Amino acid sequence: MIHRIEIAIRKGLPDPRGKHVAARVRDFLDIPITAVRTRDVYHLEADLSDDEVARVVGEFTDPVLNVGAAGRVDDGSFEIAITVAYKPGVADPVGKSARVAIQDTLGRTLGDEAAVYTSVMYLLDGVDRPEAERIAFELLANSVIQTARVVPFDEWKGSEPDLSIPKVAGGETPEVLNVDLMGTDDELLKISREGMLALSLQEMQTIRDHFIDVAEKEPRRRQAGLGSDPTDVELECLAQTWSEHCKHKIFNATIDYREQDGPVETLRSIFKTYIRGATEDVDSQVVEQGGRSWLVSVFHDNAGVVTFDDEIHLVYKVETHNSPSALDPYGGAITGIVGVNRDPFGTGRGADLLSNVWGYCFASPFYEGELPKGLLHPKRIRDGVHLGVIDGGNQSGIPYGRGWEIFDSRYLGKPLVFCGTVGSLPVTIDGSPGEEKYPRPGDAVVMVGGRIGADGIHGATFSSAALDESSPAQAVQIGDPITQKMMFDFLLEARRLGLYSAITDNGAGGLSSSVGEMAQTPGGARLDLEKAPLKYAGLAPWEIFLSEAQERMTLAVPPALVEDFLALAARREVEANVLGEFTDDGFLQVTFGEETVALLEMDFLHDGAPDLELRAHWVPPTFEEPADRPPDLNNTLLDLLARLNLCSNEKKARHYDHEVKSLSVIKPWVGVHADVPAEATVSLARHGSLRGFVLSEGINPYISDLDTWAMASTVLDEAVRRQLCAGARLDRIAALDNFCWPDPVRSETTPDGEYKLAQLVRACRGLHEVCVAYGVPLISGKDSMKNESTMGGVKISVPPTLLLSAIGQIDDVREALTLDPKQPGDVVYILGETGPHTGASEYFRYLGEREGRWPDLGQPAPYVGTHPPTVDTDKTVPLYSALHKAIRAGLLRSAATPNKGGLAVSLARCALAADLGLEIDLDGCPGVTDLDDDVALFSESNGRFVVTMASDRAEDFERQMEGTAWCRAGTVTQEPRLVIRRDGRPLVDADLDSLRTRFKEGLEHA
Amino acid sequence: MLEDAVQDLRGLPSGELARARSEVRVLVISGLGLNCEAETAEAFRMVGANAEMVHLLDLLDGESGHRLADYRIVTFVGGFAFGDHLGAGFVFANRIRWRLYDQLVELIERGGLALGICNGFQTMVRLGMVPGFDGDYRTPRATLAPNDRLGYWDSWVRLKADPDSPCVWTRGIDAIDLPTRHGEGKLLTESPEVLERLEKGHQVAVRYVDADGEPTQEWPANPNGSPGAVAGICDPTGRLFGLMPHPDAYLYPFHHPQWSRRRFQGDLPEEGAGLAIFRNGVDAAAAKG
Repeated sequence: MIHRIEIAIRKGLPDPRGKHVAARVRDFLDIPITAVRTRDVYHLEADLSDDEVARVVGEFTDPVLNVGAAGRVDDGSFEIAITVAYKPGVADPVGKSARVAIQDTLGRTLGDEAAVYTSVMYLLDGVDRPEAERIAFELLANSVIQTARVVPFDEWKGSEPDLSIPKVAGGETPEVLNVDLMGTDDELLKISREGMLALSLQEMQTIRDHFIDVAEKEPRRRQAGLGSDPTDVELECLAQTWSEHCKHKIFNATIDYREQDGPVETLRSIFKTYIRGATEDVDSQVVEQGGRSWLVSVFHDNAGVVTFDDEIHLVYKVETHNSPSALDPYGGAITGIVGVNRDPFGTGRGADLLSNVWGYCFASPFYEGELPKGLLHPKRIRDGVHLGVIDGGNQSGIPYGRGWEIFDSRYLGKPLVFCGTVGSLPVTIDGSPGEEKYPRPGDAVVMVGGRIGADGIHGATFSSAALDESSPAQAVQIGDPITQKMMFDFLLEARRLGLYSAITDNGAGGLSSSVGEMAQTPGGARLDLEKAPLKYAGLAPWEIFLSEAQERMTLAVPPALVEDFLALAARREVEANVLGEFTDDGFLQVTFGEETVALLEMDFLHDGAPDLELRAHWVPPTFEEPADRPPDLNNTLLDLLARLNLCSNEKKARHYDHEVKSLSVIKPWVGVHADVPAEATVSLARHGSLRGFVLSEGINPYISDLDTWAMASTVLDEAVRRQLCAGARLDRIAALDNFCWPDPVRSETTPDGEYKLAQLVRACRGLHEVCVAYGVPLISGKDSMKNESTMGGVKISVPPTLLLSAIGQIDDVREALTLDPKQPGDVVYILGETGPHTGASEYFRYLGEREGRWPDLGQPAPYVGTHPPTVDTDKTVPLYSALHKAIRAGLLRSAATPNKGGLAVSLARCALAADLGLEIDLDGCPGVTDLDDDVALFSESNGRFVVTMASDRAEDFERQMEGTAWCRAGTVTQEPRLVIRRDGRPLVDADLDSLRTRFKEGLEHA
Repeated sequence: MLEDAVQDLRGLPSGELARARSEVRVLVISGLGLNCEAETAEAFRMVGANAEMVHLLDLLDGESGHRLADYRIVTFVGGFAFGDHLGAGFVFANRIRWRLYDQLVELIERGGLALGICNGFQTMVRLGMVPGFDGDYRTPRATLAPNDRLGYWDSWVRLKADPDSPCVWTRGIDAIDLPTRHGEGKLLTESPEVLERLEKGHQVAVRYVDADGEPTQEWPANPNGSPGAVAGICDPTGRLFGLMPHPDAYLYPFHHPQWSRRRFQGDLPEEGAGLAIFRNGVDAAAAKG
């Protein structure tokens, strides 16, 4: 029986949701709609009496705010109704909560078959039918996950209330199939392609040969009723375990690298050589210098772990969720954030979650050019991604510590959605080190949290492929933060009680990945997929095994504790099921009831994939320099402040909670009006201690167009400078590397693969060099290698992008600094050398746009120029060390660091944050003598700072900085003006009001 | 008079005062999507009370040994109980109403105190704990509707407390800066008379004010468009108090967004201003004995 309930806003009361939609219809679709009202609709599939339905309606209706009715609310007319509902099988968290509320209201439990399906009605006035269709499909519904019904009033009035529900048809469990691999190479490739397996020919052949081999040698296979063809469960499991997403094949490949006409160098695993290599080099430096290693767990777990204090370690992980966000921005992004939460939570024996970070690379929300068919408009992507991460973070009760956006038209092809989470791991859990997992043979394999549906199947292989028209809707999941929060709360109790021996998350690859990985320690596992709880019937065993349905963790629970564990789960209304047990027989054995559906040797599963052999060739590119540079530098600065990459995104960012948990100290927005982004943020890690952690990042993909070596060194330098500005210790900065690359493997569709791979090699080398010089270990990271789309025959690749996320430490948060100068009369110093680094600068891109030059699809924006910023560690290392000592000595009152937009933009931000003026003279500024005025102002040289202090500290400071590059550049003034002079000439003379107006307007109407 | 009793208590030698405060048992309800339990419990501990976090389901099932009657103060913390699906605080309040409310009303009638912050305030309003006219704690007469500007918003605001309010939690507080972090904070009443009565009875304990200290309807000083700039209300006894802004987010001097400026200007306070609210509540509970 289906019951329909409608809840509307009372007449006369505002409907902010409707108002918001109306504004978006006008702004985004340019349709002059007059009004939108909204209603929530619940379809209850349950046996309820009329009286019970009436009670539910009464309970769902807020007496002050709402009118509600069974069937329809009858309150006047409208022109057209649009109803947006989910497609079958899409997660509906509101429906899930409504089900709970109904049970509470009725005082009885509903049967397993009862369900609530939610939808929203938009009642429109002032549009015609074609316009309503556009509103339905271009704004309200995403046809990947939702349906929209457009019904004119008369038709609506003349029909019975809609009682349809998006129920999954279900049905019998499909048979397990054996996959015949005995065919030709073409047939093997066809199996891989059509099955979305993303396996290469060589990998398919390796799998075929392996199964022929074990069918002969391994009697267990025959006993289990399996032959020389792999089952679909086995093949799918191997495909996902060997996917680029999980196996990092490119980073582990053997690469023949050559620069121009130089000799070939053979590099065996750029991951081991440069990434892990940097970490090992840094660690041994610490130990050689008589220090203690502060790396607790790096690279092998779900997140990196470093020493913090006697009670807790810091845990940090950043992930990307690019492809799903391109298809369903909201669902993809919320899954990204709640998904990365599970990484620290699944590290060691489980970390508490402290802080989220987010960062996005988009095309301009104002993009008006050609949009290849199949791609969503970047404005829609941006709005959806923000809302997804806002909901995911806020509802999970985790504040954000860092948030940023950058824009380039090449992110049309794929937006990059970075989400990360910092956690704190108890040094000791239940008597043993918190970072250790010890699943033993005989421990139960327990799955906790949400149920399994077809959602997210092939996510791992999907993210290892480029987007095209056939990209599957089922690869999209929608995260449900509340289910996850309840699971986390329960698991923290279980952790306190010592009820499990290991934990990991179910992310990419689902159970096949979590169980497969955890089974490596004991040496095997046996699990029965028939015991896994499903959202609906009809899933094939391989689908159950690979589903990426969200909010699930896999645990090892010792047999003696299983009963207590399950009982606590039941009390907390969290689903937990024993699916099997860990073994030590060297096999991953999967059954469906009695039938064995997979029997995989652990060694082959994890180490059987053939190594890739690739070639890389570096040829330095050349780009145009701008011929015409403007004389009016004052207006140029104002224009730069309004640019998407430099302006305020506060209008979006304040929708994210940044202070729940009450640990935030330097918040994301600082200054008198709290409207300027902090160089870095500082948070406590727990109440009752003054020790804090510091978050910052560096990202600058534009430099990749010139040289990824310079790009990688710049982003690390930027992240470290930001740390330093906040007062972080220099000896405790750790970093995460997230590489988002276009496909770097040469093929028919990627003829420039060797160049893109060379870009990857050079980025790793640059990163390694600066990490070792700065003593910054890389503790975790991720690579995403197919960031492009081919839609309508147009290929758009993202620029090679490296996000460097740094986490530092400060002994006493009360000594943390912000970027805003504090008092009139304070003196301003500029530290570090300014050079001719206009290549890939914001200033040059501005000049291109100013001339009306827009990039062709997939091309960098003109002008790229010639000289990218580089890092001279011989100069920066002593400078940073001296500056840090000055900060520790309490000499400084503020510290900022120039990045995109250069010195002028940095000074403008300082003045805006302080709401005070700055009088600056560039004459003595290190390095500027030979530079043109505009270059001096807007060059993006690394290694620079703008700091202020009380005048009576200047002498001490100058003594402290001896031997480094610095100049006393001016003073903080009461008059709200930014004045920058050279040779007595004002290059910039702007009042703060106009600077602030421009700074805030860039994304105001996005 | 409670106020005199509080003054007497605060006049006690510090050891006795600390003991009296430590005897105040505070229940901080957690679970089901709430998320400010740790800092709220910390706030009560920082002012010397004995705060315990208890999962709502443990209170409901009665097996865990936690009984409402054992506490002097019940706290409804901020968060997203059940994701605020179906309206802020709705599913959570629903569960309390059907399964715990008789005990809660009994506690109130015996002189217990309650504090609701943000999601907790929404829960109290849904249950009818506030306004609580004429001792009726069961009839909801108001709601916290979606903000005029749609969506969650995190920014600091300035509140002014009504000096004539019976609210025990805001005694001695003039103005206070606190963060607001919500999407549904606009207090709408069943009828204009209800708001009038709230104002007449000085039950509007805190209001959003502008830079000049005047109650305001202007965003962002008033983040949700709440009529009368209402930020929080109490019941007529002043013992039950709910507000949208977060006193639990201003525990340390360095929580304030401008603390770094104040540090160098030499006017950083010794403690976070939010603690005064918790201390007031604890002292009122301790003074009552």
